[in-house]
Amino acid sequence: MAIPGQKIPSNIDELLEGLWKQNPVFVMVLGMCPVLAVSVSAVNALSMGLATTFVLVGSTLLVSLLRNVIPREVRIATYILIIATFVTVVDYLIQAISLAVYDALGAFIQLIVVNCIILGRAEAHASKTPPLRTVLNALGMGAGFTIGLLALGSVREILGAGKLFGVTLFGPDFQPWVVMVLPPGGFFVLGAWLLLFNWLKTRKPQAAQPAEGHVHGA
Amino acid sequence: MIRTLGIVATICGVLIVTAYEGTLDAVIANKKIALERAVFKVIPGAAKVNEYWASPTGVAPATAAAPEGGVKFYVARDAAGQMKGIAAEGAGKGYADVVRIMYAYDPARQVITGIGVISMRETPGIGDKIYTDQAFLKNFEALDVKLTTDGKALAHAVKVVKHGTKQNPWQIDAISGATVTSKAIGKGINDSAQKLLPYLVPNLDKVGSK
Repeated sequence: MAIPGQKIPSNIDELLEGLWKQNPVFVMVLGMCPVLAVSVSAVNALSMGLATTFVLVGSTLLVSLLRNVIPREVRIATYILIIATFVTVVDYLIQAISLAVYDALGAFIQLIVVNCIILGRAEAHASKTPPLRTVLNALGMGAGFTIGLLALGSVREILGAGKLFGVTLFGPDFQPWVVMVLPPGGFFVLGAWLLLFNWLKTRKPQAAQPAEGHVHGA
Repeated sequence: MIRTLGIVATICGVLIVTAYEGTLDAVIANKKIALERAVFKVIPGAAKVNEYWASPTGVAPATAAAPEGGVKFYVARDAAGQMKGIAAEGAGKGYADVVRIMYAYDPARQVITGIGVISMRETPGIGDKIYTDQAFLKNFEALDVKLTTDGKALAHAVKVVKHGTKQNPWQIDAISGATVTSKAIGKGINDSAQKLLPYLVPNLDKVGSK
């Protein structure tokens, strides 16, 4: 984002932005509706993450290519049209790849249209950035979203069903912690991950400046 | 502005049509596999599935458009073409959403011999007992769906009863704690069988072997 006086980030930074510094799930806390709803299993989480990444990359690329011809007054409508197109495409693709996944994700595939990460990227980034950097940024954001979903999905599947990617992990004596695959479990696990990420973030500056006398773990 | 919007809309239209055309064959193949899987699960030993319509005018292969008041059913055959059983879909309102099931019908004994869940969104750990609870699945080993003597309806409607009070072969013993989901299955079977069987039973010889 070329604000005067600010250093233009390198291509690597563009890619890493979504993975760590601006992770859509853990830092920006965007798109929580699909995150909480489909992360009951790792497979669902991964498929949703990949579908969103596809839409994100496709739509931001198109927005970026057309950024100089789209009239400002109708830009949001145009973005929505482009995003809806890619969602329809991904809808057909998932049906062609696996009907089981399609049924499991249900309405959340169509709801990618209103996922705020995608519209946010189109408006805040793709509309002012050349295609290559846009695609890198979108890939990073998509990967960050997928990792966030997977982090929730695997924990919930392990605790709530004793499985990971459908493979049973524990013996027959394992009592599934059913609440973890129910909606409240989504909030518990999300809260725990946010706690971990924020703790990691606040810890780093403290460790870098021990001279200031911060007590560890304060 | 209008020209730009036109260009964008054209690009989007081309993309959608390409995706639709490109995936259509795979989607149809997937749907067929999903259907076969659902049928084979309730009718063991079957090798292929034929779709039929049953309607007041008789039965017909489901290649043509649906006849008025038609109910779809599936005839499962073994590799030699001999009929192994008949399957049909039922649906009932569950706790969270519609529970769709596939049930197997044995025309010789006039009983339902098994069910499988096609789709449901019931509470994990509670509603999903309908396919894990062995005692509940025992209900569907020989569920009575005989027709009345005039063949217009089931002699006894399929009914879900409170857990532990099943007395007759046309009753379903509900799962304790998952009554709503159990009832959805009972209603799904009853609604479907009440419509399908009066059309199907008089025409059984037409689907016997092929």
